[in-house]
Amino acid sequence: MRIELNGEPAELPEGATVRDAAIAAGAEPLARGVAVALDGEVVPRGRLELTELSEGQRVEVVAAIGGGAT
Amino acid sequence: MSHNGASPGDGFRLGGRDWNSRLIVGTGGFRSLDDLERALVASGTEIVTVALRRVDPLAQGSVLEVIDRLGLFVLPNTAGCFTARDAVRTAQLAREAFETDWVKLEVIGDDRTLLPDAVELLDAAEQLVDDGFTVLPYTNDDPVLARRLEAIGCAAVMPLGSPIGSGAGIRNPYNVRIIVESAEIPVILDAGIGTASDATLALELGCSGVLLASAISGAEDPELMARAMRAAVEAGRAARRAGRIPQRLHAQASTPEVGLPEL
Repeated sequence: MRIELNGEPAELPEGATVRDAAIAAGAEPLARGVAVALDGEVVPRGRLELTELSEGQRVEVVAAIGGGAT
Repeated sequence: MSHNGASPGDGFRLGGRDWNSRLIVGTGGFRSLDDLERALVASGTEIVTVALRRVDPLAQGSVLEVIDRLGLFVLPNTAGCFTARDAVRTAQLAREAFETDWVKLEVIGDDRTLLPDAVELLDAAEQLVDDGFTVLPYTNDDPVLARRLEAIGCAAVMPLGSPIGSGAGIRNPYNVRIIVESAEIPVILDAGIGTASDATLALELGCSGVLLASAISGAEDPELMARAMRAAVEAGRAARRAGRIPQRLHAQASTPEVGLPEL
């Protein structure tokens, strides 16, 4: 199954979840400072493992960085 | 005097919590995590801002480790957002990432000035307040907009002194005074601080605090500048409380004329 992961095409096995995508992006899905959006909608931590992906979906995996202002 | 030099009872209330330090520090732009840590300690800050970006699998160490080690409160920002929609989604991501409903709301109008987009900002602030967020909006030094942000339920207003990272100080102190005068929520001077006297002026004008990043992170010696900023904020606050003398055009002697000998 092909998805878009942090702006890049990625190939994940059928039945992969949002959690799998987060790991594929290099994140520790439940670590503090990490969050995931699926097609622009935030996926709550408790649902990362329950939310299955489908072909063509867009996943953004973000983490904390130093930031003051823009 | 308490250990940090602030007078007892001179803390301030923000977002329903009491704080001792009136200095909020942005964690961006430091040359190393070690520089960041030393500066944060020297600043005496209790609240730091962080941003969210696509995860970098190669990143070494994390800003968050430093912040958590120091026990500081994380204030996520929506830096880099140009629309209300993006800012709201970023705030929602941050809520999930940091388990906080606090957000420093930034909605930027363009890349060159990084000035707030007032229309998008107000829209985003309204949505986030409705969604239960504690919203701290980075705003123009516009007293009317500040009033609107207060009216919709923001926890503070954070007018800029001058554009982000410009180090140009407080370009319109008159507007900042007007904002302070009419606000019943804390006013935090955000952006434009270049050096310690700028931070002092913010507090002298009646701001409850300042938020700054590059003034410290970009200084040749960030730790020393952090210490300077801490002292600057304390000095400005003390001067504000002390009640300054009015400004006059002409001199007024402080030595009595009575008893002046005729020589």
